[in-house]
Amino acid sequence: MYSKGLIPLAVATVVAMGTAMALIFFYAPLDADQGFVQKIFYVHVPMAIVALCGFVAGGIMAIKHLRTGDRSWDLRSYVAIHLSIILGVGVLVTGAIWAKASWGHWWVWDEPVLVSFLVVFLLYCVYYPLRFAIEDPERQARYSSVFAIAAGAFVPLNFMAVRLAEAYTHPRVLSQTGGSLPGDMRLTFLVALAAMALLFVTLWKLELTAKHASLQLKKLRRRLDARVAA
Amino acid sequence: MPALPLDEAGKYVAGAYVVFLALIVVYVAIIAAKVARIDRELTRLAEEDE
Amino acid sequence: MIGTARAILQKDLLLELRTKESVPAMTLFTLTVYVLFHFGLDRDSLDGELASGVLWVTLLLASIIGVSRLFGAEREQGGIVGLLLAPVDRTALWVAKAAALFLMLVAVELVAVPAFGLLLLGPSLGGALPELLVVLALGNVGIAAVGALVAALAAETRAHELIVPLLLLPLLVPVLISCAQATEPLLRQDAGPEDLGRWLGLLSLYDVVFVLLSVAVFDFLLED
Repeated sequence: MYSKGLIPLAVATVVAMGTAMALIFFYAPLDADQGFVQKIFYVHVPMAIVALCGFVAGGIMAIKHLRTGDRSWDLRSYVAIHLSIILGVGVLVTGAIWAKASWGHWWVWDEPVLVSFLVVFLLYCVYYPLRFAIEDPERQARYSSVFAIAAGAFVPLNFMAVRLAEAYTHPRVLSQTGGSLPGDMRLTFLVALAAMALLFVTLWKLELTAKHASLQLKKLRRRLDARVAA
Repeated sequence: MPALPLDEAGKYVAGAYVVFLALIVVYVAIIAAKVARIDRELTRLAEEDE
Repeated sequence: MIGTARAILQKDLLLELRTKESVPAMTLFTLTVYVLFHFGLDRDSLDGELASGVLWVTLLLASIIGVSRLFGAEREQGGIVGLLLAPVDRTALWVAKAAALFLMLVAVELVAVPAFGLLLLGPSLGGALPELLVVLALGNVGIAAVGALVAALAAETRAHELIVPLLLLPLLVPVLISCAQATEPLLRQDAGPEDLGRWLGLLSLYDVVFVLLSVAVFDFLLED
């Protein structure tokens, strides 16, 4: 059920990522200020955008779960959030590398995307302890969905707040994430973004398939055990 | 053609991309391990049922 | 629903008045933290952004105590089962708890804010007092709404004293940002509001989102 379309998705992802890599290293021009270091931006920013969308999507799937009571939506929500947290680690690490390469420090408070990401990441890390501290599976799913919805609503609010605050303390000198990209850079960025999005969906489907298979297996084992005992 | 200055900048960029690829590879490896476990368990179940 | 909410609120307020646990503890905590900041920052008087930051961070930290204890009575004496068995709207429970938390914060601030003016603040508090009160009020709404939600989320989990601060503080970052930025120009030598509209706007948006969200979602919590 979940694995439908997984193969074509995977193929599309590989193609997109290959194209993105080619564009990044052979087509996109060197940035005037940052030079070669700017190439990190093509991996760091798409990861951030996809992760943030993943968190919001997790929230939307959680809404569906609460409205329909169908636990498969909770599973989808969990995997989306789980993947976004992993991407979040990647965002923070690549962000730190970029900061070190560009400004000489492993962390800077100038970039609102990075700062708001830190807050979001800290929040979503609590998702796991919250989930696994509740033993009853039905209640666990419900409470996790409530959290996913609150946190999903929080993501845009937080981004707005941090951006407003940073505009005061650190006027943005480098607006790499803005619309001020020249045409060939913009194309490269969009392809990289598409590749990252495809990667996310493919991995999401993959993990869903594996998790679902594992759940089915557990059910089967329980049925078999009951039959043997009877 | 690619401008690949193998100086300071190159190391950082390579680092960032390696981190990205490493995340993917580790993730897929974990899923692969999970699938292998499912497969073993299924085989055992099928044998038991015989 | 309002009747039920009021009844629950009355019960909670009576309990707090009788036991006098949460509010005095929260107040004492803020005073202690002021002393910590005095030593930690090695400053006799603060103004502007430093003052604003210390004031708001202390309030947020104190709110953790209130939120942790919000469902304490129900948890210890099994009151939740009683509430759930009664044919009431779960939302009434949220309204009551959020209102209780709001009132507790107001009570704490009645002491904590003047104390801050006395102990750590350089310029006079009266400089832009009405604006400060507005910021405090709107900030309290945000803390109360999110606090009641987090308290319910963590209430039945095993390690709830750990989960509450970890959940509450990141969620309150936009509140901290808005309130600290709004308060900063109010605590300067030449106090006067600056960009108040922008920060109050953001704060109001946050409050509205989280009040609506909590009301919509609360029914799914504490449901057994």
